[in-house]
Amino acid sequence: MDKLQIADKLFNSRLFLGTGKFGSSLLMKDAILSSASELVTVALKRVDLKSNEDDLIKHIQLPNVHLLPNTSGTRTAKEAIFVAQLAREALGTNWIKLEIHPDPKYLMPDPIETIKAAEELVKLGFVVLPYIHADPVLCKRLEEVGVQSVMPLGAPIGTNKGLASREFLKIIIEQSNVPVIVDAGIGCPSQAAEAMEMGADAVLVNTAIATANNPVEMAFAFKLAVEAGRRAFLAGLPNIQKNAAATSPLTAFLEN
Amino acid sequence: MNTQLFSGKINANAYFKDVFFKHSWETISESIYSKNSEDVLAALAKENTLTLEDFKALISPAAAPFLELMAQKSAAITRKRFGNTIQMYVPLYLSNECQNICTYCGFSFTNKIPRITLSDEQIIEEAKIIKKMGFDHVLLVTGEANQTVGTPYLKHSIQLLKPYFSNISIEVQPLEQSEYEDLRREGLHAVLVYQETYNEEHYKIHHPKGKKSNFEYRLNTPDRLAAAGIHKIGLGVLIGLEDWRTDSFFTALHLSYLEKKYWKTKYSISFPRLRPFSGGLEPKVIMNDRELLQLICAYRIYNEQVELSLSTRESAKFRDNVVKLGITAISAGSKTNPGGYTNAEENLKQFEISDERSAPEIAVLLKQLNLEPVWKDWDNGISGIG
Repeated sequence: MDKLQIADKLFNSRLFLGTGKFGSSLLMKDAILSSASELVTVALKRVDLKSNEDDLIKHIQLPNVHLLPNTSGTRTAKEAIFVAQLAREALGTNWIKLEIHPDPKYLMPDPIETIKAAEELVKLGFVVLPYIHADPVLCKRLEEVGVQSVMPLGAPIGTNKGLASREFLKIIIEQSNVPVIVDAGIGCPSQAAEAMEMGADAVLVNTAIATANNPVEMAFAFKLAVEAGRRAFLAGLPNIQKNAAATSPLTAFLEN
Repeated sequence: MNTQLFSGKINANAYFKDVFFKHSWETISESIYSKNSEDVLAALAKENTLTLEDFKALISPAAAPFLELMAQKSAAITRKRFGNTIQMYVPLYLSNECQNICTYCGFSFTNKIPRITLSDEQIIEEAKIIKKMGFDHVLLVTGEANQTVGTPYLKHSIQLLKPYFSNISIEVQPLEQSEYEDLRREGLHAVLVYQETYNEEHYKIHHPKGKKSNFEYRLNTPDRLAAAGIHKIGLGVLIGLEDWRTDSFFTALHLSYLEKKYWKTKYSISFPRLRPFSGGLEPKVIMNDRELLQLICAYRIYNEQVELSLSTRESAKFRDNVVKLGITAISAGSKTNPGGYTNAEENLKQFEISDERSAPEIAVLLKQLNLEPVWKDWDNGISGIG
């Protein structure tokens, strides 16, 4: 399958994983391995920066797996920039998943704080991957600011509602000059496949895997779905016809 | 009575008292006790957000036969929202000095016990022991003695403890908004302030003397906290003082008001049941384990995102079982007397704990239940920004 490039990194897998909600770090590790994911995001607030042996980090340090720290828990651009800098210093990566959701109920990303933080972080030399609403104009604005990808939501985080933002995702994918990673809301492999068929460059999944009865099997199922969706997209899906199109009643007279 | 209030709009200048005083305790109580099984089943069948009327049904006696169904629903919602994790915290009692008379509390002014406020050295000693137990989230507790444990003392304590803990919360007397802002800038994350009871008449009987006797000042404290930008606010009542169903309705009303007005703040709820202490008040109302579970599940089904916390007041057996059914945070190995982690002395406690197992023992148990204990989920540097 074709590789995905974000900034200077190439990825064989187009499935990215979140690390929250797992019943144990070991289970998380097994799920990551089973998914073949090469980019795994972790909330900096969960990482014990004082310890060299942080349990979460220890279980993510795997061959070919890149760490993507995120700013989850922050409510403002200032807080997010602070967390990004902590992450760069402690984890030795300038990649940051920018997540600013001041609303603890639906965890909706704040577009104003996000663009402010993105602009500043790009200037500070970060590779910025912002989690945002499926807002095509915001995506273009972020692209102008210099982010390396956009991460629009399918549905609110953790809801498993799938691609509720479908129509806007299509516009974003059509217009974007940076990779589009559909993040949040993907609740089952078929929804991940749908996002890939639409032309998304990658998807990020957490809740659907972490809270499955068998997270390791579910991670593998997502791997297959993402690959299937990508292959289908590359193969070129036929257009969907409203009716069967065997005859041409309106233009048949031209044949005579 | 309009309990659909929060489908309406809240005035930007409103305080909770403006909402609260529109409700009468007696009317709410009657309304809860008149709910029937149809109301309960309708609430349980809802796909969309529940109303406060649904919450009333879920905490009513009519819901008792549906406890298994409630537990299943609550467990599923919790798992989806919070995953297979439990947050771990521990209380650190800094002082038992108190100028309030509270009929139910071991620290009450008239209670003849030695009074202790920890010195810098003692605070650090306690912090070191708590760290060894595994904790990174600490809850600082004091009585109300403004001369000795006012804002300057709290601020200093936070400064002392910041190098040791990633998340610092307090459960102390209500403060002014500017004081909360001051403490937040030092790294304070959350504040727990329980109303004890929303029955104003009886509140005054339980709090006859001291600053705490000001019902309305306490009632508006969460407004001041949210305005000060505190990240998380803990609500609750002391169960056993008054009818727990009516008190819990007002807690849910308070929560819903706050969520709608202060949309950036996180909220948690605790449900402390009155525990014995030397010479203390007997509970007026006994809430049994079935009823406490009903309340936990009702909160979860009503509100998917609110954090629900369970302390060591509860028995090991109860905790081991409900930890999967809606709870998101627990304490372990707690001492409820100042200096309690350093000294094994058993006196001076605010109340008796029930689950005496150590933090590592609880962690092992959680793992057996396929739950990951989360020791760190914050960085106190974030609190001080902005």
